[in-house]
Amino acid sequence: MNFIRKFYYGDIPEDKTGGNIVSKDTKTDWPLWEVFIRSKQGLDHKHAGSLHAADAQMAIENARDVYTRRMEGVSIWVVESKYITASNPEEAGELYEPAVDKIYRHPTFYQLPDEVNHM
Amino acid sequence: MPVQDFEKIFQEKIDNEVKIEPKDWMPDAYRKTNLRQISQHAHSEIVGMLPEGNWIGRAPSLKRKAILLAKVQDEAGHGLYLYSAAETLGMSREEMINDLHSGKAKYSSIFNYPTLTWADIGAIGWLVDGAAIMNQVMLTRTSYGPYARAMVRICKEESFHQRQGFESLLVLSRGTKEQKEMCQDAINRWWWPALMMFGPKDAESTNSDQSMKWKIKRKTNDELRQNFVDMIAEQIKTLGMKLPDDKLKWNEERRHYDFGEINWNEFWQVVKGNGPCNKQRLDARRKAWENGEWVREAAAAHARKRAERQKDKAA
Amino acid sequence: MSALIDYTLHLADNTLILGQRNAEWCGHGPVLEQDIAITNISLDLIGQARSFYQYAAELKADGSTEDSLAYLRTEREFKNCLLVEQPNGDWAQTMLRQFLFSCYQFFLYQQLQHHTNTRLAAIAEKSLKEVRYHLRWSSEWIIRLGDGTGESHSRMLTAIDELWRYTGELFIPVTYETETGIDITSLKEAWLNNIKIVFDEATLPVPENVFMQTGGKTGVHTEHLGFILTELQYVQRAYPGSEW
Repeated sequence: MNFIRKFYYGDIPEDKTGGNIVSKDTKTDWPLWEVFIRSKQGLDHKHAGSLHAADAQMAIENARDVYTRRMEGVSIWVVESKYITASNPEEAGELYEPAVDKIYRHPTFYQLPDEVNHM
Repeated sequence: MPVQDFEKIFQEKIDNEVKIEPKDWMPDAYRKTNLRQISQHAHSEIVGMLPEGNWIGRAPSLKRKAILLAKVQDEAGHGLYLYSAAETLGMSREEMINDLHSGKAKYSSIFNYPTLTWADIGAIGWLVDGAAIMNQVMLTRTSYGPYARAMVRICKEESFHQRQGFESLLVLSRGTKEQKEMCQDAINRWWWPALMMFGPKDAESTNSDQSMKWKIKRKTNDELRQNFVDMIAEQIKTLGMKLPDDKLKWNEERRHYDFGEINWNEFWQVVKGNGPCNKQRLDARRKAWENGEWVREAAAAHARKRAERQKDKAA
Repeated sequence: MSALIDYTLHLADNTLILGQRNAEWCGHGPVLEQDIAITNISLDLIGQARSFYQYAAELKADGSTEDSLAYLRTEREFKNCLLVEQPNGDWAQTMLRQFLFSCYQFFLYQQLQHHTNTRLAAIAEKSLKEVRYHLRWSSEWIIRLGDGTGESHSRMLTAIDELWRYTGELFIPVTYETETGIDITSLKEAWLNNIKIVFDEATLPVPENVFMQTGGKTGVHTEHLGFILTELQYVQRAYPGSEW
């Protein structure tokens, strides 16, 4: 089946269509790091993106150069991407749905008289 | 679950504007289309550094030099965000770069045109970045999560690119006779290639449009191109310059500008590699990559040594 | 006054020329992340150059601007030291040039930030933050390359052979430095100690008894500078008196 006949800006057809999606490690390929940035004091670190670096120090410096060019951060965490374990989206049901009916965990579940309602 | 069910769930998500994330099930063709488009987009940013980079050394004032340097550096950053987004689809950056260098992967043809005078830098900012932004704003809502997020970041940073280009042309348009001529000449040379950036006409495709259905793309080529023409046709009045198109005229009935026919033969020739600078651009990228190999190797080797030493210390 | 102007121009020229050199890497770096990093350093240096030129223009008070000083002076009027105008060569040579110079700038600006001339002191203080980062970043590269592979080590040796001869000039005062009250001779020991520490970790030798080239600070340059200025100044000179 030939899906895409129309060619878009940023999507010029290749001579051989499609990429081969087999990844291989080579000795010069620097590992991938995930970057987390604290945008200002008092806030959580937030995932900003990723980059390649040979070591942790280089990753921090690259993150500074790449992700804080416009004063976006006051603190940086980096972690090699391979050390991140992600939950499986297909298990989303069993992981998150059980929380849905536990409404008694939320403060709005409790009706209080007006005089103490700001509790 | 049979594949058909997966496909149904997948399409429902798309229809309900739920973003697709890297580990979600997705049809193989969706993965491939995204991978191809995002990596081409990344390559375009990186190759796009070259024509403008040409003029960093010759920028006519220190302020312009700093602006241009910052802008070209931003493009490197954008390339990096996009490579990272593409990597979530399962291909390493090195492989993508190899595909660029072998000619298998493409990049935007606009960067195969030469930058001949300083005014070209302004024209690129105004017209080329202007055209790119139309596409990029649309892509902030694309269905693949990492791509959409990269585009949000890029659009935030891009906003100064088009403005600085226009402002730089504005100075020329109010300058000496030579500067005015330089300005008009650059607009003449970049206008049509900028229109080509939106790709072939919609009418040339009769097929069901999978990219629209998957919400990778959310507006057609012609829609985007028309928006662009309408915008530029107004802005150029401020410059007191002319667009090189006799057919350009406001159409009251359509509430849009009519414009002339693009030279599609030229478009396909440049895509095929016969643009003025195709060879030069790829050679420059290859050379940078090859000359960098020993550097990448050395840094990796040193990191290994250091890790070994730390292990020995711990033992 | 004339000494102060010359000295300010010397500081400006140093940073502009090195910034211009580093900018040549933009789009051609060994890996995207490092392309971005060297461009950042280039931007910092050009920013420093602008501050110094602006101050020099004020001191001259003859209608000079940052741009007229950068774009309309000739080879013999430029006062940068020879080190910064040397070609980029390979990544090893660029890293070494940056490291040797950042290390010098680091100690120089530390002194300069306490100078009685408050303008120079203020620029030095602000720039010192940038320089400290350049020094750290380039030090790490020296160590990586020196203690990386056989090839990177030998490329570092070649770079040292190429550039060491231009380091002597940094610490030999010329009239405008002495008259401005800058004691650069005293920086040498600290500079050399720091170089030794990094070279040691990089398993690289510190050269001894090398004949030192001089002249840049008084406008007698290597042949490279003329080509740099040709590129840098072309548009300004082709269209005199235009606004950009």
